[in-house]
Amino acid sequence: MHIPDGYLGPTTCGLFYAVMLPIWTIASRIVKKTLKAKQVPMLAIGAAFSFVVMMFNIPIPGGSTGHAVGGVLVAILLGPWAACIAITVALVVQALLFGDGGITAIGANCFNMAFVLPFAGYYAYKAISHNPRVDSNRKMIAAGAAGYIGINAAAFLAGVEFGMQPLLHHTANGQALYCPYGLKIAISTMAGEHLLIFGWVEAIVTALVVKYLQKQSPELF
Amino acid sequence: MKLAAKLWIGVAILIALSPIGLILPERFKAGSAWGEWGAGEMRKLAGYVPKGFAKLSSLWNAPMPDYAFRGWEKKGLPHLSLAYIVSAAAGIAATVIAALLIGRILSKKGD
Repeated sequence: MHIPDGYLGPTTCGLFYAVMLPIWTIASRIVKKTLKAKQVPMLAIGAAFSFVVMMFNIPIPGGSTGHAVGGVLVAILLGPWAACIAITVALVVQALLFGDGGITAIGANCFNMAFVLPFAGYYAYKAISHNPRVDSNRKMIAAGAAGYIGINAAAFLAGVEFGMQPLLHHTANGQALYCPYGLKIAISTMAGEHLLIFGWVEAIVTALVVKYLQKQSPELF
Repeated sequence: MKLAAKLWIGVAILIALSPIGLILPERFKAGSAWGEWGAGEMRKLAGYVPKGFAKLSSLWNAPMPDYAFRGWEKKGLPHLSLAYIVSAAAGIAATVIAALLIGRILSKKGD
């Protein structure tokens, strides 16, 4: 889901930087009010966890690959605004040092994976878990469902962003200038892959870590 | 042991295991992620290289492209796995330092 340079036209790249700037500003303000000094290591662990989870590429045999993001877990533990900052840090390092995700697409990639993913996941978790006991299985199941929902929301939007490009930018004879695939193919592929495979990976990772932390550190919940 | 220490160990184990994310796709002959093709794959798939794509796609020269050392592209999986682990460690070091700095600037002091 790391959109590289060259797939999104300048309009889309600019738009998502413009959308992310206020989100990053609000995130900083809110985290400044809520983050305690003793939670700073957890912010760093969350960013590190998301970074390394994204390196576990899962193959679709004979086809493409994809991966979990780990961001819904960070949102459940630290709240969606802190998760937004943690995942943004991981995505920026991945783009700058490793060319994973484009420089021009940092706004769009952060919108999908550092904003939509943790927020959709966080509110899904809140709605499904709905104040049960700290050690209940319902929390674990809610975490898994939230992981699935969060990453699929992000993948769907990445599909929309890819798929808009042939409409926005093409030559006189109809050749695309950036991503050559339209909405139908881009959305069905991005959504399909994540609904069928990568969403379950995010679900399992999120649920297992929540289960572990319920036992290890119930005060987090 | 404190929870944070346990979680750091967990991250370290994931770094050591990260080459799984390189070896599995290779083993099952999976190509690039959808929408993350290079120019060659793009020509094969779409039949042409879009003009704007050609211009923008090599905009940034990352120091360790694709989590590998420059010039190691043709080396075998053991070398690439080592580079993958080094990349994970380096990337996470950078991520952690940045997150700690941001966290320190943003967090409330004294509690």
